[in-house]
Amino acid sequence: MADVDQSKIRNFCIVAHIDHGKSTLADRIIEQTGLLTSREMQAQVLDNMELERERGITIKAQAVRTVYKAKNGEEYIFNLIDTPGHVDFNYEVSRSLAACDGAILVVDAAQGIEAQTLANVYLALDHDLDVFPVINKIDLPSADPQRVIEEIEDVIGIEAQDAPLISAKNGIGIEEVLEQIVTKIPAPKGNPRNPLQALIFDCIYDSYKGVIIFCRVMEGTVRKGTVIRMMATGAREEVVEVGYFGAGQFIPCDELSAGMVGYITASIKNVKDTAVGDTVTDAENPCAEPLPGYKKVLSMVYCGMYPADGAKYPDLRDALEKLQLNDASLNYEPETSVALGFGFRCGFLGLLHLEIIQERLEREYNLDLVTTAPGVVYKVYKTDGTVVELTNPSNLPDPSTIERMEEPIVSAEIMVTSEYIGSIMELCQERRGRYLGMEYIEGTRALLRYELPLNEIIYDFFDALKSRSRGYASFDYDIKGYEEAKLVKLDILINREEVDALSFIVHADSAYERGRKMCEKLKDEIPRHLFEIPIQAAVGGKIIARETVKAMRKDVLAKCYGGDITRKKKLLEKQKEGKKRMRQIGSVEIPQKAFMSVLKLDDRK
Amino acid sequence: MTENRELELYLHIPFCVRKCLYCDFLSAPASPEVRRRYMDALIRETAQRAEDCRGRRVTSVFLGGGTPSVVDTDGLEKLLETIGERYALSPDAELTVEVNPGTVDGAKLARLRRAGVNRLSIGLQSADDRTLAALGRIHTWQQFLDAYYEARQAGFTNINVDVMSALPGQSLSEYLDTLHRVLALKPAPEHISAYSLILEEGTPLWQMAQEGKLKLPNEDTDRLMYRETKRLLQSAGYTRYEISNYAKEGYACRHNCGYWTRRDYLGLGIGAASLLDNVRFRNGSDLERYLENPSGCREEVQVLSPQEQMEEFMFLGLRMTEGVSEAEFVRLFGRGLEEVYGKVIEKNIREGLLQRITGRDGREDGEERLALTELGMDLSNHVMAQFLLS
Repeated sequence: MADVDQSKIRNFCIVAHIDHGKSTLADRIIEQTGLLTSREMQAQVLDNMELERERGITIKAQAVRTVYKAKNGEEYIFNLIDTPGHVDFNYEVSRSLAACDGAILVVDAAQGIEAQTLANVYLALDHDLDVFPVINKIDLPSADPQRVIEEIEDVIGIEAQDAPLISAKNGIGIEEVLEQIVTKIPAPKGNPRNPLQALIFDCIYDSYKGVIIFCRVMEGTVRKGTVIRMMATGAREEVVEVGYFGAGQFIPCDELSAGMVGYITASIKNVKDTAVGDTVTDAENPCAEPLPGYKKVLSMVYCGMYPADGAKYPDLRDALEKLQLNDASLNYEPETSVALGFGFRCGFLGLLHLEIIQERLEREYNLDLVTTAPGVVYKVYKTDGTVVELTNPSNLPDPSTIERMEEPIVSAEIMVTSEYIGSIMELCQERRGRYLGMEYIEGTRALLRYELPLNEIIYDFFDALKSRSRGYASFDYDIKGYEEAKLVKLDILINREEVDALSFIVHADSAYERGRKMCEKLKDEIPRHLFEIPIQAAVGGKIIARETVKAMRKDVLAKCYGGDITRKKKLLEKQKEGKKRMRQIGSVEIPQKAFMSVLKLDDRK
Repeated sequence: MTENRELELYLHIPFCVRKCLYCDFLSAPASPEVRRRYMDALIRETAQRAEDCRGRRVTSVFLGGGTPSVVDTDGLEKLLETIGERYALSPDAELTVEVNPGTVDGAKLARLRRAGVNRLSIGLQSADDRTLAALGRIHTWQQFLDAYYEARQAGFTNINVDVMSALPGQSLSEYLDTLHRVLALKPAPEHISAYSLILEEGTPLWQMAQEGKLKLPNEDTDRLMYRETKRLLQSAGYTRYEISNYAKEGYACRHNCGYWTRRDYLGLGIGAASLLDNVRFRNGSDLERYLENPSGCREEVQVLSPQEQMEEFMFLGLRMTEGVSEAEFVRLFGRGLEEVYGKVIEKNIREGLLQRITGRDGREDGEERLALTELGMDLSNHVMAQFLLS
């Protein structure tokens, strides 16, 4: 590996709308480049986390290096860098793209261009990548490759006439894709003798090796013994090992030089020291400038996470610590809730990220969690001139000290077939959307542009979008900034006691509606007690809605089923099990899932 | 081994004329041929199991179902005969057969009486013919009356009548009418079981409720029915000795009390459950398998840990108004009731659901007992679930 001919390297990624076949194509490329036999192939080599496979999406960017013997008789090294497929991970996507020289655009032959296709392809073009399209799923009965080719040329404006027509699933046309990777994606540039400049596009934590940095070397060379420095975080360590990515394993090599993609280990203990997007340089012979594009990742969505069993607090802390080793975009700090006890306020890139972390905590760490309703970060401008970034609704300062509040706004692009434009516009209207414009694509589909408050889309917007368009709408968004809004804190009182963990921030105009629904929902969720329980919603101390959970008066299992005591016991066990999943607040027991009820208030579908 | 240990026998007859719409017991209509083969198998199992029960005194026998009265009287006689021959049947043993009005006549009842049956449990459910039809019952009020008086004539002096409340379309007055008519029988039944309807998942009635096609009494009415049952039956001289069971002095059902006090019982027939020496098991519910090899169908064998025995002791014992004896608990488990359940007991006493009493059956004998209060009876599941230890 010492002498690598730069002209024989191709660093690329695959961009696509979700479900258009990105991972399947990646599998075929890996398979047909001969690095692995078919038998060694797992169904989807790149997605190696259990959770990812179940959800059919790729969360963490990863890379694989394969060797392709082209028709011209030369061997080429392909570094395929996988990118996450969800808007929550847009920044990670952008860093992965920056590590590439070109991209394959996969478009579904039946569905054509979708919102994420556009968003991802523009992102690739923004990073000066050479993009060539492939038309996938040509074996589908509804495939219309010619229409899709025209659509790509019209809408995106890239040449598509000689796009390979493939079926990644059935292995049709893959050879042509491999050839086009050689001919259409440029070889990397950069001088191995220049000062080291390498881009971190991902990192993971390994309990033996410490942090493993995934990087693309832009300039210079890094090898074992090089003392490296992260230019943004300032962390400094001696390199222990460099190498490249086999399929699912790390293969050490002597050095990584300009144009190469690989990994570095340097006994770094904290993933926070190796921020994605940061530049690695030689501490003794540093480069003049870091690579452009580094951003500190900001959490957009926050929620409280509490152990269902208070005694598990240290376990939750340890689990979060471990997860954070692998996921620098997760952040958390301890907080206390009157209702839920000791827990953490956790910040996420978006709701999907939140759900993934929640599931991992529950599955991998076997924790039973109570999660409060997620919210966005509000800016509270106080009369004394200070600004509070509010991540927990219960910390809202006294309203008399608040001058104004601002909420995050996103610019959203929604692609939808013409017949559903009306219902989607209605949805955006309900969610306080600001209409920016609409373009027709191919006569039958339109691209709607809206600005929407983030807090209106984090819960169930995506589901509502899908159900109101029968699955035909696709959606992508970018954070645009903050805007002033008339916001209030809605409090929930159960048995006349305010439950801090149930408070949330809501637009003043929808406070009544949300309060009413919340009370109705909680009425259904809270079991009957020996006494009557009022459930009230209040804004600024004023009650705006009320429901009552009647007292339990009869809970009898009349029949004893003859001698079938086992069955009787099972019924009691079920009842007791239900009790275990409750939180005691005052004298009321509240089921844990009630704390998420605010998420399920949309009944307008 | 203790000689003379008590044992109860339960024999399951899984047949009926037609399945009631609320029924989720193991029971279905079957041809005379299948019924005959089943009785043969049941008699075989009864004979074969006798060996396991040596040295035990059988103090009650219960033929339940289904509708045991649908099978040929010959078969029932032969079954009872087998029990008499193979088991040490106590001279004062309680022998109950469940009957459905519409499946018995005077002759059949007389034969059962002669075969040793000394208690009948008649399923009435409601005195209103429309309600009976809506439940899928096969009889009318008049047919019940006929069966009841024929039973008296046949010499039965211990009769239970089952009634149900909270039935679809049932009003409070209709339900009270049922109770009044039952109490007006001459002589009135010695025992009344009053259940409220439970919609068991998968039954046609449950399905109808799911589809919103069932008009069930609202909570307040249901409540009133429940309260009135207690009030009326108690004023008519019945004692409530268990959540749903009322009896005149000396007529509490020995067999059922056995379940609640954890006496050993052997269940025979498909699906029948047993408790022997703190092991619970049951026969499988596959009819074909049972017919082939009636003694080879045991499954779900569960050896009860001391903890499970304690749990059962509590949640079964508390069903009875006399509750559970603290001394008995210590005797059985070598630990005090307070030590194991102190917190739960205190909490439920504080909430008015449990009470400490001395004595039983209204007689003061100084024995410390723990029992549900009236409110606790109403909320018995809520209380009992707390006595599970894991």
